[in-house]
This record gives sequence, C-alpha cells and structure tokens, in this order.
Amino acid sequence: MARPPTWITPGRLLLMAAGYAVLMFLLLPSLLIMPMSVGENEFLEFPPTGFTWRWYDDYLSDPRWIDPTLFSFQIAILVALLATVLGTLAAVALIRGRIAGRSLIHLLILSPVIAPNIVIAIAMFFFFAELHMIGSLWAFVLGHTVLAVPYVVLTVSAALYRYDSDLDLAAFSLGAGRVQTFFRVTLPLTWPGVVGGAVLAFITSFDETTVSFFVSGTRDKTLPRRLFENVEETVSPTVAAVATLLTLLSIALLVLGLLFRRLGDRYNAPKPHARGA
Amino acid sequence: MTLTAARAQRPRGRRRGGERRLAVPVSWLLLAPLLLLFVAVFLLPLLGMLERSLFDPDFTTRHYEQMVARDLYLRVIRRTIEISAIVAFATLILGYPVAYLMTRVKGWHAALIGACVLIPLWTSTLVRSYAWTVLLSRHGLINTWLVDLGLIDAPMRMLYTDGAVILAMVHVLLPFMILPLYAALRAIPDDLPRAAAILGAGGGATFRHVVLPLSLPGVSAGLVLVFLISLGFFITPALVGGPQSLMVATLIAREITTGFNWGFAAAIAATLLVAALAIVFAFNRVLRLDRIDGDGR
Repeated sequence: MARPPTWITPGRLLLMAAGYAVLMFLLLPSLLIMPMSVGENEFLEFPPTGFTWRWYDDYLSDPRWIDPTLFSFQIAILVALLATVLGTLAAVALIRGRIAGRSLIHLLILSPVIAPNIVIAIAMFFFFAELHMIGSLWAFVLGHTVLAVPYVVLTVSAALYRYDSDLDLAAFSLGAGRVQTFFRVTLPLTWPGVVGGAVLAFITSFDETTVSFFVSGTRDKTLPRRLFENVEETVSPTVAAVATLLTLLSIALLVLGLLFRRLGDRYNAPKPHARGA
Repeated sequence: MTLTAARAQRPRGRRRGGERRLAVPVSWLLLAPLLLLFVAVFLLPLLGMLERSLFDPDFTTRHYEQMVARDLYLRVIRRTIEISAIVAFATLILGYPVAYLMTRVKGWHAALIGACVLIPLWTSTLVRSYAWTVLLSRHGLINTWLVDLGLIDAPMRMLYTDGAVILAMVHVLLPFMILPLYAALRAIPDDLPRAAAILGAGGGATFRHVVLPLSLPGVSAGLVLVFLISLGFFITPALVGGPQSLMVATLIAREITTGFNWGFAAAIAATLLVAALAIVFAFNRVLRLDRIDGDGR
C-alpha cells in the first residue's frame, strides 16, 4: 500500500479537487432524483416544494407497477438460487478439479460479462420466440442465470482460493470423506463468499434490462422493462419514486454482499505460517 | 506484478493440497450442469442467430449486403465506433484522477471513495440513464440553471442528441475504467515513487516518469473494456439518444420491434459479435479477463 504524504502540495490539492469533482459527477444524477420524488408538485422539479409520500403510494397501489415488481422478485430469487448452485459446483471443479482446457472453460463462463449485451439479448429473443417462451418465467430465469453466473463463479473461486486447503487434508486424515469434508469443513468456512455471489446474482437479475426488454411479453414483464416504457414521461414523480426505490435496493444489496465478503476475509485471514516463508 | 503478489499470498498448503485434486470424472460432473445451461441458453442461441443471418431459408449473404448497401447503416456503424472511442477516452481522462486518488488515501477516506465507485457500478443502468433524461429535458434542471445563470436565453434541446448519449455513457461506464486503472496503480510498489523522490524528482516528475508509465497496462485494459461495452450498449442510447443518434444496438432493436426484419437484425448482431471477439482476442493480454471481479479485487 502506498503511504500518503502528510504535507499538502499544490499537486495533491489538484488531485483531490479533480477526483472529488468526478465522484460528484458519478453520484449526483441519482441523488438528485431522490428529493424530487417526494415533492408535492405533479411535475418533477428541483428543488422540490413540500413533502409527500403520495407518489410512493401511487406506485404501491397500482397493479401495473406492483405486478412487474413481484414478477422481478420471483425471477431474481430463482436466478440467485440457480446461479449459486451451478456456479458454486463449477467453481469447485475449476479450482479443485482436474479439468482439461480449464482456461477455455473459464473464458466461456466469463464471456456473458463482456459479450455485447444486445447480441446476447437478441440471440435469446430469437431462441425463446421459437420455443414460444416469450414472457414466460423460465425464459427470464434461464437468460438471467447465464448473465449472473460469472459473478458467482468469480466470488466463490476467490473464496476457495483464499481458503487454506490444509484444513481439508486435516479432515481427510481424520477419516472424513470428500463430500463430508466439503459440507462440514470447506463450506462452513467459505459460505460468506457463496452468499455474496448469490446477492450479486440477485442484483444482476433484478436490474437487468436489455435481455428483459426483448424477452418480455405484452403482459408479463419485469420492473425494469415497465420502467423503460415509462421513462419517456420525464416529469412523472411516480417514475422518480420507482427509480429511487431501485437505487436504494441496489445499495442495500451491495452493502450486504460486501459485508459477507468481509466476513469471508475474517474467516480466512492468512495464517502466521502462511505469511512467513 | 499483481500476479506475483497474489502467488506469494497464496496459502502454503495449497501446493500440497494439489495432490488431493478431484478425480477427472468428478470434476466434469460438477461442471456439467453449468456447461449444459451455457450450451442450451447461450451458445445454441448465438449459433441460431448466426444461422438466421445466413439462411432465409436458403443460404444467402443478402442481409450482410444490405448492411453495407445503405448509407444509413454505414453511418450508424461509423457513429457507434466514434462515440465508443470518445467515451473510452473521456472515461480515461475523468477516471484517472479518481483511481490515483484511491491509491493515495487510506482508512475511511479510501473506503468512502471505493463506495462512491462501487455503488454506481451495481446500480441499475436504466435508473442512471433515466436520471439524465430528467436532468437534460427541456424543462429539466440543467436547462433551468443555464437560463437562470443567463448563459443561454431559452432552454436548449439537449436530450436525444449525440452529446447527451456521450455524457450519459461516460457517466454509466466510468466505474469500468476506474477499477482496472486502480488495480494497475495499486500494483506499483511504493518504493519506486519514493526512490524517485529521494533522487530529487518532484511530485510532477515522479508522476510523469514513474507512476504514469507503470500504470499503462491499466490504461489499455480500461480503454479496451469501455470501448467494448460501448459498442453493444443498448439501454443508454435508447433512452437518451433520439432517432438522429442511432447506434448499432438501437438500430438492431428498431429492426426487431418495428421493422420485423429479423434476418437483417441477426446479421448486424453477428457482425458486432465477431468484432467484439476480435477485440477480445487481440487484447486478451491487457484485458486479463480472469481478473474482472465484482469489487475490482
């Protein structure tokens, strides 16, 4: 870690000013929407006049908003479960197993992150359209799982990588079988990584818009797709309220994911003998 | 440099644990469910898309010819490449100070900056683009302020222009630049800038001759990553851009939702996919795909 100089130099001041200006640019737009969503005026304005929860009530009492919200939750929960199980098994195989062409498989699993979003979306659209699955729950779940699995594999791999596998050897030498060792020793010590991966998979699915845009039917759609259709109404405080709730949910989940990760670090702090030689 | 560090931190038992690796059949059995999903819902659809672009119903290259035959499509492709390049360099200029600042502070200060970078990364792209449609609209915040300050006489049309697309894309993609830059800057051993300082280099000279050259791998990784994502970016151009500022992704969507020209849409998407693959393979060394991580570690 670099040791920061304690004196203030013009260069350092300039760096701080530039850095913080950019961070403001990064955060302000989403932050400005929040106060605007509780203003009393029928049209979005800044600064807002008055204070009201009315637009949030509108959102909560409108089935055209609530139905997609529940649908999105349903999808995201299934994606988190599916991606976590498949991703964890794969991470164990990649880190602990003997796999020919490991790096190629690794690249394949990561490719949904870097392949152009629109390409994946329309390929899945053609695919699900042929199967008459447009708007179906499982089209969203399977599609989103492909996009979410890379984050699970990365998070769980990192946790397994930090894990001291001497502990496994100790369990083996005490007579535990491989499966027993995994469930009674390895998993109890790496579960924060697994849960962290599940949280990231959940956000990935809940916020996903491009695949959802094409896979949504006229009736069954996710919350982001519903929001997308209404974004044109740049003055509607209800849209601002939904956007605020989505932002807060992401922040809450991210904090949760990072806490699990921190917990995982504490479980697997480097042992003295590992640090020395 | 980070790789060596990672290797040194690896628990020692690891090497011996290697002797107890899972047997080959077990390994493949664990991997099988995920591979099955990827073949069925990822590779098969991509192949189906390629097929659709080339067969209609017999083999034809007409969809690809259509792409280069009309001026409109060539313009869209050129605009997409230009906007992606501008966005990549703009995020570099804006992201570098943040990444550098992150390596120069510690404690709560470092945690605060880290949170400011990670929260946008994991906040919905849709919501962040929507925020710009509110700010840039004719009666939006920015127009109101500019008029109040007397800088312009009447509200300007800002939304649905190329400028709006670039601004919002820079905003949305900035974290993808900051994280690789930060990884490269953090990997520079503290001794090097200190040695330069001891040898009499000032802050500026140390930065120019030591820090900047050593951070270049991060610079190229960030540029390639942002350029790559920009090429196929859909949500932001769809919301902030208008019919005048079509990009490849919004063109594909238009062909599907209004034109019903699925074969042609498949051909553009296939071209985009091949371009992206070519970039990935050309820059595989700088991208270091195995290190893209949820929180940049």
